[in-house]
Amino acid sequence: MNSSSVSDRARLKRWISDYGMLGVLLLLCVLFSILTLDEQFPTGKAAAESVYETQLYRLPASTKVIAVGSSSAQDSLFTLEVSKRITNATVDVVNGDPQVIRAFLEKSVSSSGDRLVIATTNAVASVVTAIKSQVASLQSAEIVSPLSRRWPTFLLAENIRNVANQITVIAIIAIGMTIVIITAGIDLSVGSLIALCAVIVTWLIGQWGAESAGTGAMLGAAVIGIVLCGVVGAFSGLMITRFRIPPFIATLAMMQVAAGIGYIISQGRPIYQIPESFIWLGRGVDPLFGIPTAVILMIVLYAVAHVIMSQTTLGRYIYAVGGNPEAARLAGIRVNAILLFAYTICAMLAGLGGVLMASQLKSGAPTYGLSYELYVIAAVVVGGTSLSGGEGRILGTLIGALIIGVIQNGMNLVNVESYTQKVVLGLVILGAVLLDRLKQRRMASVRT
Amino acid sequence: MAGIKKNFPGVIALAHASFDLKAGEVHALVGENGAGKSTLIKILTGVQKQDGGTIELYGSPISFDSPQEAQRGQLATIYQEFTLIPALSVRANLFLGREKSRSGFLDSKGESAQAGIILARLGLHIDVETPVAELTIAQQQLVEIARALASDAKVLVMDEPTAALTPTEVKALFVVLRELAEQGIGMIFISHRLNEIFEIADRITVLRDGTTIATRATSEFTRQQLIELMVGRSIEDEYPRAMTKPQATGLEVRNLGAGIVRDVSFTAHRGEIVGIAGLMGAGRTEVVRLIFGADNRESGAVLLDGKNVMIGSPREAIANGICLLTEDRKTQGLILRAAARDNFALPNLTTWSRLGFINKAKELSRFQKHVVNLKIRISDPEQLAENLSGGNQQKLLVARWLETNSQVVIFDEPTRGIDVGAKFEMYLLIGELALQGKVVIVVSSELPELLGICDRILVMRRGQLAGEITDVRSAKQEDVMALAV
Repeated sequence: MNSSSVSDRARLKRWISDYGMLGVLLLLCVLFSILTLDEQFPTGKAAAESVYETQLYRLPASTKVIAVGSSSAQDSLFTLEVSKRITNATVDVVNGDPQVIRAFLEKSVSSSGDRLVIATTNAVASVVTAIKSQVASLQSAEIVSPLSRRWPTFLLAENIRNVANQITVIAIIAIGMTIVIITAGIDLSVGSLIALCAVIVTWLIGQWGAESAGTGAMLGAAVIGIVLCGVVGAFSGLMITRFRIPPFIATLAMMQVAAGIGYIISQGRPIYQIPESFIWLGRGVDPLFGIPTAVILMIVLYAVAHVIMSQTTLGRYIYAVGGNPEAARLAGIRVNAILLFAYTICAMLAGLGGVLMASQLKSGAPTYGLSYELYVIAAVVVGGTSLSGGEGRILGTLIGALIIGVIQNGMNLVNVESYTQKVVLGLVILGAVLLDRLKQRRMASVRT
Repeated sequence: MAGIKKNFPGVIALAHASFDLKAGEVHALVGENGAGKSTLIKILTGVQKQDGGTIELYGSPISFDSPQEAQRGQLATIYQEFTLIPALSVRANLFLGREKSRSGFLDSKGESAQAGIILARLGLHIDVETPVAELTIAQQQLVEIARALASDAKVLVMDEPTAALTPTEVKALFVVLRELAEQGIGMIFISHRLNEIFEIADRITVLRDGTTIATRATSEFTRQQLIELMVGRSIEDEYPRAMTKPQATGLEVRNLGAGIVRDVSFTAHRGEIVGIAGLMGAGRTEVVRLIFGADNRESGAVLLDGKNVMIGSPREAIANGICLLTEDRKTQGLILRAAARDNFALPNLTTWSRLGFINKAKELSRFQKHVVNLKIRISDPEQLAENLSGGNQQKLLVARWLETNSQVVIFDEPTRGIDVGAKFEMYLLIGELALQGKVVIVVSSELPELLGICDRILVMRRGQLAGEITDVRSAKQEDVMALAV
């Protein structure tokens, strides 16, 4: 065996151990796809297209079509689209309660002896069938409805968007947590910082015009909130570097302090006085592909963090400080500055998470982010970063966050109640750490 | 142990290793790093399982599945790293895991009495209630041995038991080992220090490439023969002396002081190898750490080529072309779980990065250049530093500091824990650096080593310079010791 193939194999092995969790994620997706396989009915425009393409595209000119739907927005879209699509026949449209539909159908029959086709959405299909059996003049009418297909609920675009939306806050903070954990530290204050930042930002917006605040005011409030969180993080970092307080203790203290300040500012009440446009960050989607703004933000942040950790001197120093702080210091690295950076950036990302959550919920409350630090740490650990420091991958953390999001979402879809979900999630975290230990033991036994 | 085989993925650690131990003898096991000593011991003590071969104890075949089982089988191991719990008392450590108890309550009196007897047997007169943390390293080493004795071991395995001891402490330990041998205890002794092996061992087994090369009585070996058997080729001279030509003053240290170090002044010339000798705790390491800015100095100045350089941190020292190869590679030199290339690159990253972005191609080519020049044996630049042998780890660190273009290269115990062959290469390398006109300072506990390669030796005693040996070629170990004690 030549040396290049040996190193290729070593590299492949390393890649698998770095991103092996990707396989677990895919397996989970497959599992939940199978478990949630179900009849899926199209709605809205897609439903109209389905009916038209399969059943209405070749109608004789003397046909009369009635498009029926409930009063929901999706059903209105359906009836509108049907009436637009059919050009060679007359189309009547009715949207409303069963009584309205019944009245309309009874009235419209008498007009002629033409062929009658009723195009109905799946929501009211059974209503229409019942009406047909009761109204004698409708006996000859044909009822058409969108065809269903078998497809996993889990894989519906809407659900995938849901998962992505649910994990953005955790995943974004997990970037900072990964950096801190790689330096062999921990930051327990991120949950409280979510609340603190959400409260600061909404409070500031309330001061600067409340519901009528402009974009500038909102942006300014967000920046100030994030920077203040950074100050809190820098303070933790200072305690850890200057006074050698263990990270666990320092950030535990700051977790209490930040939570307390959040309650003081908001006086314990949620703040709702913010403009409608503030939800752009948390609930907005991009106009082209319908990807949520928050997800785009998350992806951009992961890309940047990945490049920093793998391509820059800063990233190398972070790994070095976590791997052996004394050796790093004796190699001329400013260990304290690196640690300070790690805690500051982690706190700022927690602040950003707070802004995001305030935007998603269109309010700021001191109760936000409760025990989020645990979900964030779980995402990092499941993503393969070792709590002993010096090792870990940013993209692994994204996979870890996705695994946690997918498990939660999947369990919701298959109706696992929330208490059981906690048990499963705990076991998953344990399993991930166990996997990491086994991996390390195997590597240790290969040593000669 | 006969015909022991052990394969690891990709390597055969033991091909055909055999070893026998008589009751009441000290049997030394020697070989270069990677020869299979550690693996053989791990198999004997149940840490790992052999792939072939047999082990017998008093004529009956045994196979331990875990170190605990081995201990019950009256086989105790004393590892290089201490396994004592610092905060617990000597007594608690001695009986850890097999406490004496009466109906569930700790029998402190009984333990104390037995502990006293065992410690007396080792000539260690300390209060058994002293926390281990307050003992000297030598005392801790003796407590480790006492613990093995407390378990009624008939076989003692000692892996580098003298690594942390001063010469006097080693002498005391050897007296104890002799007494234990007379009591019928068999001992397996592993050490890189050949002097000690010749002093204590009754028989010597040489391992090379996983195979037993020779087992003979110590008196049947000469030092030269032993080394040649270990490395598998003939060696002309154990300490190659470089034809150094000291030039202008390169480094000048004036009135350095901090902690135990007081008023240390000396000069070192470019192209010169200056040794620093002294007993353990004399302040040798402290002095070089102060020069390198690793610790804060209270007084004194460091001049480089006549210019006063302000050094307040290792970072500033490196920027001024001073580097230190620390005495403990594993805790102060390397990031063990990082790639060899990463370890090499750490202080040099800025030279091949722009705006913080690392030019990885350049990094790799620089690394590979040094791998070739220094003959670093490595399978892949991404190999973890912890998987390299001691000698290669040391070379990796040398490569790192050569890349920073250091003008003052300080070695603290450059050959500690590395095997004979790698030591020789390290001496050649040190000579090479001096020939390039660098200032080279070597701190070592190995007097023959200092006498063999240095141009001048500074001797320290209790934090101060006690004297200097300029005529190294005709000096003897006794001359150095006379200044050191």
